[in-house]
Amino acid sequence: MSGPAVEDLLRRLMPQVLGALVRRHGQFEGCEDAVQEAGLAASVQWPADGVPDNPRGWLMTVASRRLIDHVRSEHARRERETVAEPAPDVPDTDDTLVLLFLCCHPALTAASQTALTLRAVGGLTTAEIARAFLVPEATMAARISRAKQRIRAAGSVFRLPDGAAFEERLRVVLHVLYLIFNEGYTASSGSSLHRVELAWEAIRLARLVRAQLPQDGEVAGLLALMLLTHARRAARTTPGGDLVPLDEQDRSVWDRELIEEGLALARVSLGAPVLGPYQLQAAIAATHADAATAGETDWRQVYALYLILERIAPNPMVTLNRAIALAEVAGPGEGLALLAGLDADERVRGHHRLASVRAHLLEKAGEPAAAYENFRRAAKATASLAERRYLESRAARLRP
Amino acid sequence: MKFLISMHINPAVLESLTEEEMAAIGDGHGRFIEGLKESGELITTQALVDPSQAVVVSVRNGQPVVSDGPFLEAKEYLGGFYLIDCADRARAIELAAQIPDAAIEGLGVEVRQVMFADGVLEA
Repeated sequence: MSGPAVEDLLRRLMPQVLGALVRRHGQFEGCEDAVQEAGLAASVQWPADGVPDNPRGWLMTVASRRLIDHVRSEHARRERETVAEPAPDVPDTDDTLVLLFLCCHPALTAASQTALTLRAVGGLTTAEIARAFLVPEATMAARISRAKQRIRAAGSVFRLPDGAAFEERLRVVLHVLYLIFNEGYTASSGSSLHRVELAWEAIRLARLVRAQLPQDGEVAGLLALMLLTHARRAARTTPGGDLVPLDEQDRSVWDRELIEEGLALARVSLGAPVLGPYQLQAAIAATHADAATAGETDWRQVYALYLILERIAPNPMVTLNRAIALAEVAGPGEGLALLAGLDADERVRGHHRLASVRAHLLEKAGEPAAAYENFRRAAKATASLAERRYLESRAARLRP
Repeated sequence: MKFLISMHINPAVLESLTEEEMAAIGDGHGRFIEGLKESGELITTQALVDPSQAVVVSVRNGQPVVSDGPFLEAKEYLGGFYLIDCADRARAIELAAQIPDAAIEGLGVEVRQVMFADGVLEA
């Protein structure tokens, strides 16, 4: 088996092995380290010596031995007696969801939740995660180890919560997957060489969750949103790395396969009895994907969906997007009037998105001087180099 | 989010401090670095030599010209920096306030978000 095929296999098996190990021994922290070490050993040995007949059992055995070594070497304290020689079989229960819930523990910061999720459930190494987030390995290692300590301190148990607690934690899990996806989607600066494809990883993890919770509308909605967004990736930037806005994208290079899958999922998710924010965002992305050209976009539907989204999850960024849709439906003046209300909102007042949307609408309204000022203001406020280049180029077209 | 916390020093202010005060600053930075390492927020930190040791490089007619620095006729100079990766701007400001320089009149601590990064991650 080739190196990449071994990597795929390992990343599928590692969360299963970790789940089984934690179920047997408790102590997530030590088990997680042991499984990482077993995974590293496998990634060296398997491509050279061949994959063992029972790869899951192999990992389980090696990880268990590592765990015992660790426990013994730290003189065991009270854990010693709980660790017995393992049987190399792994029960068939899939603990992916339990692991995800643990990694997305509310005692952790979002940065720690994402890092721990990528390591324990994604099966990525600390070095890979560090490269993906453009931080030194030591920084990421400290973050992950602190996250595990916090989980231990919080006294977590290795089982799924029920009822409202389940729903609440599932929202956190979905948010973490969304953050991982966005990190991969927006990171456009720096060298992309050797960077793990975070967007694909988020999609892979979302598929794992969907396999466990096929009836959940928000899970389907999030996966659909990711697929429909990721389908546009080739059209999103020029070969030189400049951003291309949605209405100017070459829709023929959108990934049809992802779009078809995303559209089907979006339809399924909209059949759920209660609609959540991911389902609505997926429905909006689906409306865009349905339009063969930008001019054929059903803006009335987009506007209606943003209106509902704003009602169930009020957020100035949603209002901003609704203003764009309103401008398409009722003219730029109406959109600008809606934006005016956001100037008093501290969360968005100095944000580059507000200035940038206002600039676009002013340009449409035939006010080039004011549009120029707002593009310049937006360019100064953004922290993304690609976005700044785009906004400056828009401003340059209007220079008085 | 990545931020650069830069420390702007005034050599005259530093010289006016007592040895105990200087030692307290050193200890404060030591504790600050330990805390950042432990939380997984430190990317790197560097301190710079005295501005009197700086040279200014310019190229004129294709020839490099090296002259004594510093470049700016200012009272305050960049003394060093922390490059951090933290949750948000509020956290960056909270961290900057823990730097001992921030409590000393005449020394400045500035926080700016990083927009572009490339290479040098093995630090």
